[in-house]
Amino acid sequence: MKKIYLDYAATSPVDSLVLKTMSPYGSQFYGNPNSLHSWGQKAREAVEKSRQIIAKYLNCLSEEIIFTSCATEANNLALKGVVKAWKEKNLKLSPHIIVSPIEHHCVLDTAKRLAKEGVEVSWLKVDKTGLVDPKQVEKLIKKNTILVSVMDGNNEVGTIEPIKEIGKIIKNKKGKGIYPLFHTDAVQAIQYLSLDTKKLKVDLLSASAHKFYGPKGIGFLYLKKGTPIVKEIEGGSQENNLRAGTENVSFIVGMAKALDLVRKNKDKEVKRLEFLRDYFIKKILKNIPQTQLTGHPKARLPHIASFVFLGAEGEAILLYLNDKGIGVSSGSACTSGSLKPSHVLLAMRIKPEIAHGSIRFSFGKKTTRFDLDYVLKVLPGIIKKIRKMAPKLKIGK
Amino acid sequence: MSLYSQKVLRHFRHPQNMGEMKNPDSKVQVGNPVCGDVMQMYLKIDKNKNGKEYIKDIKFQTLGCAAAIAVSSISTELVKGETLVEAEKLNSQKVIKSLEGLPKPKIHCSLLAIKAIKKAILNYKSRTIEKAKAK
Repeated sequence: MKKIYLDYAATSPVDSLVLKTMSPYGSQFYGNPNSLHSWGQKAREAVEKSRQIIAKYLNCLSEEIIFTSCATEANNLALKGVVKAWKEKNLKLSPHIIVSPIEHHCVLDTAKRLAKEGVEVSWLKVDKTGLVDPKQVEKLIKKNTILVSVMDGNNEVGTIEPIKEIGKIIKNKKGKGIYPLFHTDAVQAIQYLSLDTKKLKVDLLSASAHKFYGPKGIGFLYLKKGTPIVKEIEGGSQENNLRAGTENVSFIVGMAKALDLVRKNKDKEVKRLEFLRDYFIKKILKNIPQTQLTGHPKARLPHIASFVFLGAEGEAILLYLNDKGIGVSSGSACTSGSLKPSHVLLAMRIKPEIAHGSIRFSFGKKTTRFDLDYVLKVLPGIIKKIRKMAPKLKIGK
Repeated sequence: MSLYSQKVLRHFRHPQNMGEMKNPDSKVQVGNPVCGDVMQMYLKIDKNKNGKEYIKDIKFQTLGCAAAIAVSSISTELVKGETLVEAEKLNSQKVIKSLEGLPKPKIHCSLLAIKAIKKAILNYKSRTIEKAKAK
């Protein structure tokens, strides 16, 4: 059977060139980068070269890149670390942070945890396309606001947030001071958008290698020089004394190689995926009745096409597609283990009964128009079959 | 997401007793679209040789996940042909065992199918009483 992977926003296959670049750093150059001898220095060289590649991509200094085990860790460090640093210096004024409601769980749940620990958290609102209004950020900023966290591009519906505009507002509020800091989770956006940290005016930015054809288990946090932060993982003084633990040399090398490959082909790939995405969206909406696009129609990541199919449940769609050799994901309650549908769709004021029918198709470098044509051939039948199984209900009316 | 047993997937792919029933003796709906699962149950009741009422035919329609569809299918299979007294004894352990297990977050789906069958029987009974009264 034909196998079509359309879940690149979940993870991507490691590029063969990336694997090749990584391989000597297993048993050939195995030194600890913190050792002073030649074995160690060979590894150190590789780590620092990788750091430079990533820094160049983001237009920042090498020392502003902190390697972590993944973006989840980077996001935890960003939020908790900034709050801790503030608390250590400001005993009297309790901190306030502003977070978007459509963040990935690693930001969302970290913010909720901080709220339990006494941090004041303001949740932004998004419109029905998932957009944050920069003016709302401006209104919410107070004297004790220390951090604003808004993702670059949403992982479920693909909406691209106005990071540059928010960055400008925050920069103005800051004046000559440090606070409020601006953090963005760039996991989905990094390989497709222009992420010049100077232009975006962000202080912290997180990313993860496995979304851009690098290995799983490695990510990084960009941390602007001079940003007060306290480390989460205690131990050695690695990573500018901000993340203890021996550096994962081969994975770091792999991540840098993956990002470099992405950079080389970026403009072409963005155009190609945007074309495929728009073609697919148009056909789906035309060929399957009672279907809505979720997320912004224009300001959306090139690789994400997401829908709700009224009167069909997401998990059922996912599994029938899987039977046809197609891999996708769903924001329905049933795939998450909870009884609530996706917090992203709910924040966009999509009714729960509609949100249960959500499916995300996410594309990558191996995706072709033939693949999408195959999906377009089988999907209408699947939706029809599922709807036929269901009692006649008035949904979304 | 936990992995489904082969039996769950089989019932999900080929649901038994699925569809609408014309002129049912009882028709009920449980669950609601907000929670994600809705089931409609249809019953045809007749008397067996011993004069006991039994489920001559049963059909379901379900909007829900794979587990919701599979439990609807297996539950209707389990009670089809049973007397109402027997059918009312259906419980979630039996349903889950027949499906060779269900992931924990999906246990509530099995309860919904049982609820639908029991409600359909109850609905049939109260209708029969009303009919008798009307006579």
